[in-house]
Amino acid sequence: MHWLIDTPLVLVMLLNLFMLGVSRMRSLIYSAAVQGVVLSLLPLLLEKQIGAMIIVVAVVTVAIKGVLIPQMLHKALLDVQIKREVEPLIGFLPTMLMGALGTALSIAFAAYLPMTQAGSSTLIIPASFSTMLTGFLLLTTRYKAITQVIGYLILENGIYIFGVLLLTAVPFLVEMGILLDLYVGIFVVSIILNHITKAFSSLDTRRLTALKE
Amino acid sequence: MEMSLTLAACVLILVSGVPGLFSRRRSAWGQMTATVLVLAGSLIGLTGSFAVLVTRHVFLASLPGIWPGAPFQLKMDSLSAFFSVLIFLMAAVGSIYGHGYWRQREHSTTGQKLRLHYGVMLAAMVVVTLADDALAFLLAWEVMALTSFFLIATEDGQPECRQAAWVYFVATHLSTLALFAMFALMHEASGKFLLSAIPVTTGAGLKMAIFLLALLGFGLKAGMMPLHFWLPSAHANAPSHISALLSGVLLKVGIYGLLRVLTLMPDPPAAWGVLILTLGAISAVLGVAFALGQHDIKRLLAFHSVENVGIILMGLGVAMIGIAVHHPVWVILGIAGCLLHVWNHGLFKSLLFLSAGSIVRSTGTRNIDSLGGLARRMPWTAGLFMLGAIAICGLPPLNGFISELLVYLGLLRPAAGHGSGSWVAVASGAVVLAMVGALAVACFVKVLGGVFLGSGRSTAATEASEAPLSMRGAMAVLAGLCVAIGVAPVVVLVPLESAATVWMGNEAAGSQLAVLFPWTMLTAISMGLAVTILIAVTVWQIIVRADASPRRATWACGYTKSNARMQYTASSFVQILLELLRWVLRPITHGAGPKQLFAESVDRHTDVPDFITDRMASKYWQIFKQRLIPLRRIQQGSVQEYLLYMLLAVFIMLALLIPFGQISAHLLGR
Repeated sequence: MHWLIDTPLVLVMLLNLFMLGVSRMRSLIYSAAVQGVVLSLLPLLLEKQIGAMIIVVAVVTVAIKGVLIPQMLHKALLDVQIKREVEPLIGFLPTMLMGALGTALSIAFAAYLPMTQAGSSTLIIPASFSTMLTGFLLLTTRYKAITQVIGYLILENGIYIFGVLLLTAVPFLVEMGILLDLYVGIFVVSIILNHITKAFSSLDTRRLTALKE
Repeated sequence: MEMSLTLAACVLILVSGVPGLFSRRRSAWGQMTATVLVLAGSLIGLTGSFAVLVTRHVFLASLPGIWPGAPFQLKMDSLSAFFSVLIFLMAAVGSIYGHGYWRQREHSTTGQKLRLHYGVMLAAMVVVTLADDALAFLLAWEVMALTSFFLIATEDGQPECRQAAWVYFVATHLSTLALFAMFALMHEASGKFLLSAIPVTTGAGLKMAIFLLALLGFGLKAGMMPLHFWLPSAHANAPSHISALLSGVLLKVGIYGLLRVLTLMPDPPAAWGVLILTLGAISAVLGVAFALGQHDIKRLLAFHSVENVGIILMGLGVAMIGIAVHHPVWVILGIAGCLLHVWNHGLFKSLLFLSAGSIVRSTGTRNIDSLGGLARRMPWTAGLFMLGAIAICGLPPLNGFISELLVYLGLLRPAAGHGSGSWVAVASGAVVLAMVGALAVACFVKVLGGVFLGSGRSTAATEASEAPLSMRGAMAVLAGLCVAIGVAPVVVLVPLESAATVWMGNEAAGSQLAVLFPWTMLTAISMGLAVTILIAVTVWQIIVRADASPRRATWACGYTKSNARMQYTASSFVQILLELLRWVLRPITHGAGPKQLFAESVDRHTDVPDFITDRMASKYWQIFKQRLIPLRRIQQGSVQEYLLYMLLAVFIMLALLIPFGQISAHLLGR
């Protein structure tokens, strides 16, 4: 049954690299959405017996990560009428290479982590780390405020994969709480985006340095 | 039952401000529902709290599910009830007063948020008194701190108000930080996050650390010198019923925390008592001294809060010394004085703040020197303010006298034959207390004379009008309670005994309170005095009415064309005292005196700046800021850069997990 879990995880890692290399904003949003959907189906594949609670969580997660958030971001993209391209600080290829290196390192590193219980898949932890790293890379190397939001989204995806490991230990309630936070957070940010464009007539977060004391 | 009543009351008060959020800006029903909910909650809460005080039952409750993975333990005993009575009472009074003082129609932009935070803060304060584990305590404490910050910042359009709120914010965070550390150390000592007794075997160093952190954390909230720095400007800039709440109740929650933590400490050394007593004496003397120099009536009252917290701490100090040297009599008198003064100060200081609010509302100024002659325009406010002033000065037959008398007796006990050797020195505290009383009288003569007597120094003062009925009613309730406790001190014996017993943890010692203090005799004397005063006032009224001689302005001194500027001012009245206290107050004089005879215009005024915020903080803050300039390089305001720092931190922490030794052995071995 390992392949059943490993396949989506490999897909997630490939999406990570794709997102680091993609230059169109819309592709970035959709890849993040696809990644979210794939991840929200993960518990269904992982659990031995599927209860009503797990299905509810999966449905809610798909709805939020796959539909609501991408829609909000897409709307924000149209509303603020920014150039539809990602503005990188470091080029696409170098970040992609960094992402690949990071993925390789996380696979190497995961073997040495002192885990209490061996997971059902060896790829869970590397996928988690590489996704978090991707999120961070997007956050630190892209300038537009919208890519920042997507960076956080992907960072949360990485944390979610880690949470899947602890499925039995951490109640889904906590997961749902995090999801709600994320949703509200992005909701707020998409409002803020509008205000940033109004105040700075650009979404470039570099301009925010003007707010420094 | 009593616990459920109290919790139900909490919920009612907590949500009191919520319905108003959905009402229209200018409609009054939001305020009406808030007041009704607060009143209902207060009545239920008072019933529950008084029942606990009378029956002395202890109630435990744990609320599961509020916080995942941690219990939310509550415990209600007489000590909690003693403080929650004050909170519930002030909730009701403040709410009624707010009806006239902060009308939704007149304050349509701030009214809703004010009432929301008002309810939440009161409920949080009650939960603080009920909390029995560190998490519940800190949670309620933080909610209380945050909502009170928003209440102070109600008029956030004014820079002064924002400044005051920020200073308070810093102070309250410092306080919470100290409490976090304190609870961590208590966990270290007892192994539990419950507020349970600390084992006798705990090391002296650890106990000392817990005590000092408690003194810092709770002292900041209580406004003990030199941690009072947030207090004057916060009290001055908040709306008056909020100032009353801050001064009357919030400071007392700090005292409650200190009292509660001290009950958990085994064998407190005498040094703790001496420290508390000394800090109390310093707060009392400096508080009243700084109050003398203030021109802003609410700032002046705020410094009097520092003074009264000092008196409360002096009582506590005597009690702590008594515990250390095994003199139960000192303990009883000290703690009874401390507790009763908590109630009394809550009553009369709130009364004073509310009357000050009534003055501010009708004249628009807090400056004593631009008021005057208000007794004629606002007789109710004047009378009630005078009552509060007599009470705060500790004069019979009002309530301040009773609690101060208890503290006096506690302080004098060590000198009264039972004392052993060096503890006679404690009695010098009585001298300090006497001095504080005298200075307080001088200070309130200044306020009463400057604000209510003479003739108005500004058009605002000459055209002032009396406060509406709701405000007068609220003040009258407080005044009535001040008189009741003063004239018939027996009424507080039961609650006082009950709370003091819990604090001492000794049933037999607590019951001695009835014997040690001349309750019935004092009641008789006070009643006699009250009747005499009533008769004297009536007679004087009759004489004044019958007097047909013409009325002249005060200080007219026979001049035909006297004006308000010829009056003796409040500042000049205390000038001589300020000179005597110059060494500590260090007043600053602005402007020069007249240079020649018949000078056209002279501008001269004195200020007494606070020694923490205005002298030390502003000076050292500059130095601190200079030192930190090199760090600016890493604070560039770029989000990406900040995230990079976080990433680096994560990497470093992950790298610590990698078993490098194992890896190298693995590689080399192969």
